[in-house]
Amino acid sequence: MKKSIVLVALLSLMALGNKVSAQSISGAGATFPEPFYNAAFATYERAAHAKVTYGGIGSGGGIRSLKDKIVDFGASDAFLTNQELREMPAPIVHIPTCSGAVVVAYNLPGVKQIKLTPTVLASIFLGQIRNWNHPALRKLNPGVRFPNKEITVVHRSDGSGTTNMFTDYLTKVNKVWHSKVGAGKTVNWPVGVGAKGNPGVAGAIHQTQGSIGYIGSEYAFAQHEPSALIQNKAGKFIKATVASTSAAGKGKIPADTRVMLTNSSAPTAYPIAGFTWLIIYKDQAYNNRSFAQAQATLKLIDWMVSRNAQGLAVKTNYAPLPAGVAARAKAILRTVTYKGKRILK
Amino acid sequence: MNSDKILKRVLFFSSLVIILIAAAMVFSLFKGSLPSISKFGWRFLISDQWDPTQGSENYGALLFIVGTILTSVLALVIAIPLAFCTSLFVAEYFRGTKLASIVGTLVDLLAGIPSIIYGLWGFYILCPLVVEAGLSPQGFGVFTSALILAIMIVPYATSLSNTTIAMVPNDLKEAAYALGATRLEVIRTVILPNARSGMTASYILAFGRAIGETLAVTMLIGNENAIPHGLFSTGNTMASVIANQFGEASGLQLSALIELALLLFVITTIINAIGKYIIKKMG
Repeated sequence: MKKSIVLVALLSLMALGNKVSAQSISGAGATFPEPFYNAAFATYERAAHAKVTYGGIGSGGGIRSLKDKIVDFGASDAFLTNQELREMPAPIVHIPTCSGAVVVAYNLPGVKQIKLTPTVLASIFLGQIRNWNHPALRKLNPGVRFPNKEITVVHRSDGSGTTNMFTDYLTKVNKVWHSKVGAGKTVNWPVGVGAKGNPGVAGAIHQTQGSIGYIGSEYAFAQHEPSALIQNKAGKFIKATVASTSAAGKGKIPADTRVMLTNSSAPTAYPIAGFTWLIIYKDQAYNNRSFAQAQATLKLIDWMVSRNAQGLAVKTNYAPLPAGVAARAKAILRTVTYKGKRILK
Repeated sequence: MNSDKILKRVLFFSSLVIILIAAAMVFSLFKGSLPSISKFGWRFLISDQWDPTQGSENYGALLFIVGTILTSVLALVIAIPLAFCTSLFVAEYFRGTKLASIVGTLVDLLAGIPSIIYGLWGFYILCPLVVEAGLSPQGFGVFTSALILAIMIVPYATSLSNTTIAMVPNDLKEAAYALGATRLEVIRTVILPNARSGMTASYILAFGRAIGETLAVTMLIGNENAIPHGLFSTGNTMASVIANQFGEASGLQLSALIELALLLFVITTIINAIGKYIIKKMG
């Protein structure tokens, strides 16, 4: 008797859970866009009466969660490689939501603004330029009085999309970096100390005179960290701002949006920038998901690339998608199906 | 069923659960590290390469093992004199006085401070001091980590020592005093021989704590994947690299990290076994 009561109670709880989950969308992944996602999802919840939960567990975790089909969408700062796409149980699509940049911050008392070329930047992180008094730095920055001080390189110690973007850039612009270190979420750093997370790196830089390191723009812009001007592909020295980050996406983009925007050829582009993506299955009928659930997921993501949500991106210090990319994202969303039928019109 | 039988069963099942959990941990660690074990074999233990670059992935644990042992041993070396003196102070010299109870409480309080607080204190106070002293350009490294670890493990090293020192029979001490022994002689010839095994056990407990500490060390060690070449050079530890890289790792890297966790488990088990052996031999 008692057992059956418990059983009934459990069943009704499960039924209740199902009912709620019809309007409840869950996602997990990248921590880089989390402040933007939190703000956007909260706004969406108020407007559309759908509950959205997002777990910032890292891009790798987001991809794993989607692979295990325990979330409606994953989020990643790095697009899936062809190998990773093959390892997924079903085809997926990438939807870019905004872009961010990596800024180069430094601690040199008395020095306001420095300029760096890709070669000098790579040489510092390779340990080839070890003192601020180096002729290459002085030649590049006439008028700046560099101290005779050892350079302390600070990098991320945890696996990170920020590191991926930064090392991808160095790999593209420097042959020695390409052959000696390469790109990835964690790499084998030739020099420097590691600190955990953007706050860790920023803290270590603040604390150490003569240090230089890279920080994700979402943190650097919010904290108004001073940063170096980096020479872009067109030869211009560009300050990292929301506008110059956004400009990096104005070049040619492949149909599936899987591209690193680093070293963009756009003349006003900041060169160390990239998209962040939401990833979903191309056919939404899996794991007994209802059509309503699939539709709610798609509507949310469609809203994320709308002008309203993109405005929130700027407010939270991310760069909005250029109009062309937002249109591309909307087009991709309209190829997503439920049992072969298109979901969004 | 009488209450005795019920109690017996409850106790049996709860201890069974503990064994099952430990076994499940070892099993899942072993299963997760299989790809790495089959790829690197014994080389994993003696290679100091940790290269996660796609295409040339190569993982070895040596630099993390060295970093872990180096920081923990150094921490123990710093902590033992501190803990030893504190124990004698609290449990013998000023036993029962207000001062002793204040000191005792403060030491116990150290154990309750979250490691993030130690990490932040080291980051903002200790690192600048090391830089100011001209010992290293940025303050992070083996020495800074070991110093923080030493402070963190002092309460573990003292609490058990206090109890064992306090448990030395008064009769023995009084007999020694009656024979004209000084306080130092009483400590040397009566208290230490009696309390030796308990004190050793507490130091081993503290050492185990130092090996597993993650957060504070991550913030202070510098996280450089190379074998430290000096007291003030940066390095990395097993717990620290797992905490740093697990979130975004996949494939072979994930497997190598899990194998590191398995190694950490084995090393901790060995240290505990050594501790038990020493206690048994001395006691």
